[in-house]
Amino acid sequence: MIDEKMRQIIEGIVKKLPCRDSAVVPSLSFIQKVKGHISESDMEDLAIILQFPQARIFSAASFYSMLKLKPKATYHIQVCTNVACSLVETVTLFDYISGRLGIGEGETTPDGLFSLEAVECLGSCGYAPAMMINTDHYENLSFKRVDGIINAMKEKEGKTIKKTLE
Amino acid sequence: MDKIIFKNKGVPDSQNIDVYSDCGGYAVLKKALSLTPADIIKLVEDSGLRGRGGAGFPAGAKWRLLTKYRVKTVYLICNADEGEPGTFKDRYVMEFDPHLLIEGMAIAAYATGAHHGFIYIRGEYDWIAKVLVKAIEDAHSKGFLGSNVMGSDYSFYIDVFRGAGSYVCGEETALIESLEGKAGRPRLKPPFPAAYGLYGEPTVIHNVTTLSYIPFIVENGPQAYKSFGKQMSGGTALFSISGHVNKPGLYEYPMGTSLRKLIYEAAGGIRGGKLLKAVVPGGLSSPVLKSDEIDVEMDYQSLNAVGTMLGSGGIIVLDEDTSIPMIAMKTARFFAHESCGQCAPCREGTHMVFHLVEMIIAGKGSADNIEQILRLCRYIRGSTICAFGIAATLPVEALIKKFRNEFDILLHD
Repeated sequence: MIDEKMRQIIEGIVKKLPCRDSAVVPSLSFIQKVKGHISESDMEDLAIILQFPQARIFSAASFYSMLKLKPKATYHIQVCTNVACSLVETVTLFDYISGRLGIGEGETTPDGLFSLEAVECLGSCGYAPAMMINTDHYENLSFKRVDGIINAMKEKEGKTIKKTLE
Repeated sequence: MDKIIFKNKGVPDSQNIDVYSDCGGYAVLKKALSLTPADIIKLVEDSGLRGRGGAGFPAGAKWRLLTKYRVKTVYLICNADEGEPGTFKDRYVMEFDPHLLIEGMAIAAYATGAHHGFIYIRGEYDWIAKVLVKAIEDAHSKGFLGSNVMGSDYSFYIDVFRGAGSYVCGEETALIESLEGKAGRPRLKPPFPAAYGLYGEPTVIHNVTTLSYIPFIVENGPQAYKSFGKQMSGGTALFSISGHVNKPGLYEYPMGTSLRKLIYEAAGGIRGGKLLKAVVPGGLSSPVLKSDEIDVEMDYQSLNAVGTMLGSGGIIVLDEDTSIPMIAMKTARFFAHESCGQCAPCREGTHMVFHLVEMIIAGKGSADNIEQILRLCRYIRGSTICAFGIAATLPVEALIKKFRNEFDILLHD
């Protein structure tokens, strides 16, 4: 479902571009940014707003690896497993995080906090190893730094949960 | 002065428009506006500037081709999809010297008659897209972009367009499809974008780095640019060096600098004092070089002569302990993952190659499987719409042919 406020923003995206066609990918990215993923009803609504067949919206949405059609965890960890990033250590960053969180590729922790994905090159080969968490880039990672990042996120979420309980 | 792209490197706050102007920025745009578009096309043609995205197509020729078709709307697209593994040069320019790119784009737009430009940046570079949006806004408010650029009657607007994760969108026609809101599947060429590009209009597409060389060429002339490199390959190049080196990073050196010098001088040699085994010289899709081949000069012709290519200048250094079959597996996996699925030989073939390499690594492969991989590579190449089929097969083939013994010892019989 795309609400009125989102619809207006999407129409703003359309107006800024020379052609309506170009609004498809930015609109999908926008929906994902707001909702975390793109649902089927979002795509149906977007098709009406942009006046395109639903198939065209779905075709684009399902093609790009950064567009997610299923819900993800609060923190979606995407670790580069391409050549340069796997040259740095004998134990790769992916294996380390996988062990640390107890989840494999495509899995989510039971508390729904972290999900893990092995991805291809993030353009950080000179600053390897690298990962992205949601839309944030992390480079020159050591296992110690990764622990710090994950712990900070756990702590932050712990506090939010505590607050809502209170 | 021995740097072109790096001329503002290390200047504090170099992404700020005032700092860029104080370093002489946007003065070249002013100069360009006093020349005719034909003059500028001539300058770029004479410089011999070639595309830095990987294909190395002469930039001036692209512009010349466009003049043939220039009837109404022309679009200029900056390809910032930087997805070639081992490459991280465009992000430097955009993050630390965005106005150099904007000035280059404005000059290119004036020369080709484009009034609207796009920077297609890969989705993963979210923070850099923000830098670009800010830089474009600043350039607008100072009158370097928008209507009446610097008091002339020329208008030029730039939009930043974020990709959504696709390697093949770095191919120019796939990029256009993506900009048109479709899945990024390359078009059959011809027609080339110069004749039928974005929204069916004549379109000129350049890599970030290519466009960033334009201000220097217009300011100093083609000879100054050529004097950096060698006769056939002029100018400098940005080399992204990663892997087993002491100082991985981005380096600007004249075209024709030896690979040995780049590895041992620029990047500080092999990490841990180990020996070199192999080098990927121009991004993951370029065929690998063995350690005894690194005296090659890094320019288009010299690399072609040894059976590989300059590509995007992404150098991945592999030390003596590296397992070549593992590198082949990761290479094959990457291309299988990124195939757009349009042409059957590539869609099916890249996955078959990946699974065969995986099988060999798991110790379940036979000598027949190696022959199968080599045969698949030959079949995929030349049977696809875009150059992806070549990019996907050449590196795997080279890894197997040059390091056959490492594969042979893994075979089960």
